[in-house]
Order: sequence, then structure tokens, then C-alpha cells
Amino acid sequence: MTPRHRSLLPAGLTHANLTRRISDLVLHRPSPPGWWIALVICSLLTLMLLVTMSVLFSHGVGIFGLNIPVAWGLPIVNTIWWIGIAHAGTLISAVLLLTRQPWRASINRFAEAMAMFAIVCAGMYPLLHLGRPELFYYLLPYPDTMDLWPQWRSPLVWDFFAITMYLLFTALFLYMSLLPDLATLRDRATRRVGQYGYAILALGWRGSATHWARYEKATLILAALATPIVVTVTGIISLDLSVSIVPGYHFTIFPPYFVAGALFSGFSTVALLAVLLRSLFGLRDLVTDTHLDYLGRMMLFFGLIVAYAYTQEMFTAWYSGEDYYRHVYVDRWTGPYAPAWWSMIVCNVVLVQLLWFRRVRRHGPAMLCLALTSNLGMWLERFQIVFTSTHADYQPANWDVNWPTVWDWAAYLGSLGLFGLLLLLFVRLMPLISMHDMRALIARQREERDDG
Amino acid sequence: MAPLFRRRANSLAVVILVGILALLMAISVFAYVVYRSPYQTDVGYAPAQPVPFSHQHHVGGLGLDCRYCHSGAETSDVAGLPPTLTCMTCHSQEWLNAEMLSPVRQSLANRTPLRWTRVHDLPDYTYFSHRAHVNNGVGCESCHGRVDRMPMTFQAKPLTMQWCLDCHRNPSPHLRPPEKITAMGYSPRRDGIAGERLIKRYRIHPDTLLECATCHR
Repeated sequence: MTPRHRSLLPAGLTHANLTRRISDLVLHRPSPPGWWIALVICSLLTLMLLVTMSVLFSHGVGIFGLNIPVAWGLPIVNTIWWIGIAHAGTLISAVLLLTRQPWRASINRFAEAMAMFAIVCAGMYPLLHLGRPELFYYLLPYPDTMDLWPQWRSPLVWDFFAITMYLLFTALFLYMSLLPDLATLRDRATRRVGQYGYAILALGWRGSATHWARYEKATLILAALATPIVVTVTGIISLDLSVSIVPGYHFTIFPPYFVAGALFSGFSTVALLAVLLRSLFGLRDLVTDTHLDYLGRMMLFFGLIVAYAYTQEMFTAWYSGEDYYRHVYVDRWTGPYAPAWWSMIVCNVVLVQLLWFRRVRRHGPAMLCLALTSNLGMWLERFQIVFTSTHADYQPANWDVNWPTVWDWAAYLGSLGLFGLLLLLFVRLMPLISMHDMRALIARQREERDDG
Repeated sequence: MAPLFRRRANSLAVVILVGILALLMAISVFAYVVYRSPYQTDVGYAPAQPVPFSHQHHVGGLGLDCRYCHSGAETSDVAGLPPTLTCMTCHSQEWLNAEMLSPVRQSLANRTPLRWTRVHDLPDYTYFSHRAHVNNGVGCESCHGRVDRMPMTFQAKPLTMQWCLDCHRNPSPHLRPPEKITAMGYSPRRDGIAGERLIKRYRIHPDTLLECATCHR
């Protein structure tokens, strides 16, 4: 282990005081005032989402700004955006585990939780977006009296399976990695409710060598399974667009382009949560500036891939020689949605260049701002892909614009509230830093010191 | 520290896990059975009618042809219900004072049609043409069952999409020659001409039977 890695851990951190600090956060320390304020705001936004859903179910999708050239509006934009955010959680928990990166230890827990709740938000929209949401189960291959299977050639069916599998997988991975920590909480809880609650969730974990051996093996298997998920889920969602022949959707570059965009927004969100949570719960010595530095590098790397994809997309449109493909681009730069395109370029291409500087990457507030602009930029990217491609395609007679209505925005902001609410509850009920991963890191560092 | 749970809890955990699985399977099986049961499909549905008309008596007993009353079957999408005058071809001579038939006589006197209750009710998003079926070898019995044995008319078949597709996917075993369309108790498989020959004679192209727009227009 190089000295650089050692800076991930504060001096004098032992198994005992780390475990006490993290478990006390859950079991004994009262919630900080910032937590309560955030909880109230997020609950109100969630309430707004529930109201929107009730209005949607009673009035139908007409309350959204959908119309016929632009039949996919904000709900699809939000789905792609949320599922993208989820991806960094999976990458951190799986790929960084397999590649044995020590800096994942203190951020993997809330990254996984973020992934879990982002998928919940992502999975909600396709169902809300259905004209008859109560019939969503038609996507399942079940023995129905219509004797019909889902249309296996439709990417919407692939999408359904991809999101469902991703949700199940992420829940499993999150729960697996929580098991040893739940047992710790069970042993340290002083109240009956906590003891029994955590005991039931811990599934009888006693921390025996057999348990740990099995745990390690299961985690590795799950991580190996998860690695392809990182590329396939958003890849499949991008096929919803690129399998169609709509100019602006129909690009072979879409799957890798969407995956890079997903990881870009995902790492931005992890950085955002890292900055917020560490200052909220006083964990600056565990989630260090070095962690932010690594996250910043990841953001920069995937941001550059996204910028490259933009150039390739434009090149493909020009090189295709097709009037309609070229027009989509001219329309993106000058048409009714041009502000979205240029803001996206500022957020995703221009501002990201600040991450070349080490001082920016290690500066909490700067990272917070860049995380926000990157997420905004990625949202705008999905917005302009979904909207500009369909609003003016092959039939000029059908051209029309779609402006999101107040309900579109309520559904979007509401999902932010739902995400925040779930995350806030999670960090109060579960340890927001993986105690067993941190203990392993401390042990490795100590071995290193003894050897050297 | 005393253990939180007693030994029993281990078995309880297993029971709960197995119970959840069993419950899910039970719900699936229950849903499967209910969705195919007469409760859902209305097989056997025999609503009360203004006149207790017996197909058993008129078809099985007297041997009336279906088309005598349902005259639109060959020429129209709907087979149609007979006007009261059709009833009166016989009932102006027969059973003149029968109490059972008083709604028919009133209908004639007041010139208001009888209001029968529909037995075979397809969803509004399906398009079914009697003409297309009757002129292409599908017998009345195939969808309506043995009406010659129905004292009160009831729904004999489930009318689910699966049931429609059973025949649309493989029509030949169900086809009859033109003279047997209205015959009751005729088995296309056993009694008649081979389906492969009929499918050629009627010039049926099975592929077109499976287009969505064949039934959903």
C-alpha cells in the first residue's frame, strides 16, 4: 500500500473507535438539525409526488405535455437520468471491489443506497407514463387468457427486464453488504425495538469464520455478476431510443455513450452525497478530500467520454449525408430547444474541465457545485435527446413542440424528494459507512506497517 | 448477554421463508384458475329472457335451421335476432293463448321489438364478423355450442382471446363443408372432409388470421 492510500484513513483510527463512531451515529446520537430540515423539505416534495400521481391516475397522461410527435416527454427523460445515477453505485460496489480499490471502503455504503433509491425513482416513471398503468403486467410473460407473449423484439420489454433485474440485484447487494453491520448494530443496540429489529434483519449473523468465508465468496460472485450490469442496463435503455429509426435516436454509439453518461452523472451524485453527508455527520476524516479527488477523476474521465460521444454523434449525423439527420443537429443548435443544448455543453463539456485541477477536486464546495452542474447537464442531455429527436422528424407536417406542464415538473421534483427522503431515512436507520469494509482497510494498513 | 431468540426462532425463520414462497405460488395458481374459470369467462351464463325461448325445442325438436331466424349470419357481420313477425309465422297459428307467449303478442300489437338479453358479449375492441366465419367453413356450433340441447340459451365457450386464437392459429381441424355449417353434433375431425382440403376450397390464408388488425380494428 502506497503512502497515498494511507491518507485515506485518519491516524489513530482503530477497529473499536471506528465501530463505536459509526454505530453511535445510528443508535445514540440525535439527528442533526440539517437532517430535520432536509427531511421536512423532502417529505413535502414526496407529498407533491403523491398528489401528482393521484391526479395522473384519475385524469390520465394528458396532464403531461405529451403530444403526438413528442410522445415521450419528461417521464422518459427522468427514467434515463435516474437509472444513470444508479450506475455509479453498482460500479463502486462491484468493479472497485473486484479491482481492490481501497478508497471504496468509506463511500460504498451510501453509493449502494443511492443506487437502490435511484432505481426506485427510475422504475416508477415508465409505469406512470403508461396510459393504462394498471395493465403494466402485460410486459410480463405470464400464462394469460389472451395467449400472447410480450413482443420480445421490443426494447421496451428488454427495458422492463433490465430495470427489474437491476432493482433486485441492487437490493440483494446492498442487503448482503449490510449483514455484518446489522449484526454489529444488533449487539450494540440498547433498546428492545432496535435489538429485535436489527436481529431479524441480521439473519443470525454471528461473525464466525465460516460466515465471513461465505460472505466473501458471495460478495465476489455478486460483484462479478454486477459488472456486466453496469454496462447492460443503461445500454438496454438506450436501445429504447436507438432501435427506432427516428433521426437523432438511431445511432449505434448510443449504448456506450449512455453508459458513460450514466457513470458521469452517477459519480457526480456520489460526490454530491459525499460532501453533504460528511459535513452533516462530521465524517470529514473518513470521507476525505482524497476520496473527492478520486471521484473527481472519475467524473472527469467519464465526462470526457461523454464529450467525445457528442462529437461522434454530430460527425455521424453529418457523415450519414441524410438531410433529416443533419437537420436534427441544426435544430438542436438553433431550434426551440437550443437553450437546453447549449446549457448541456456548458455543464458537461466546459465546466468539467475544472476537474483537471487538483485543488478543485479536493475542495468540497467546488465539488458540490460541479456535481450539481454535471447532474443538471446530464438531465439536459437526456432532455434534448428525447425532445429534439421526435419534435421534428421525417414528416414536416407533423412537427410540433412539447413543453413540459406543471405536472411534469411536479413529477420530476417529487422524485428528487422521494430519493432524498429514502436516503435520509436510510442514513438514520443503517450505518452510512460500511463498518466491516473500513475495519478490513484498517487491518490491511496495520499489516503493512508491521511488515515495513 | 442472553440470546435474543430461543432455538425455536430458527425453525420459525425457515417456516416464514417457505411460507412466503408457498403463498406466492398459491396466489399464482389461484389467479390462474380464477381467470380461466366460468366466474371470469361467463361460461354457462344463461340470463333470464323476456320469453323463455328454448333452442332445444325449436332446433333440436322441430329442426328449424339457424338461418331461419338469424337471417343475417351469411350476409352481415351480425347474425341478428328475428323480428317478432318471424315468430308469428308459426305462433299466429300455434299456442295462441299461451301465457308464456304474451310478450310476443304484445310486441306485435304495440310494434315494439322484444328486448332480449345478450348472452355472447364480446369486448368493444374486438371485431367479429358472422359472415366471415359462416361463409368460410366455421359452423355455428363451433362458437355457440350445442344450442339444440339448450332449454335456455347459455354461453358455451369462454370467448377468451386464447380461445379465438386456438382456431385462428390452426383453423383446418375446425372447418366444415358449406352444407354442414348449421348442423349440430357434427364433428369436423371425425365426420367430414379433411381440413386441409377445405382450407384450400375456402381459400383461407392462415397467416392473415393472426394479424392484430384482423380482430382489433
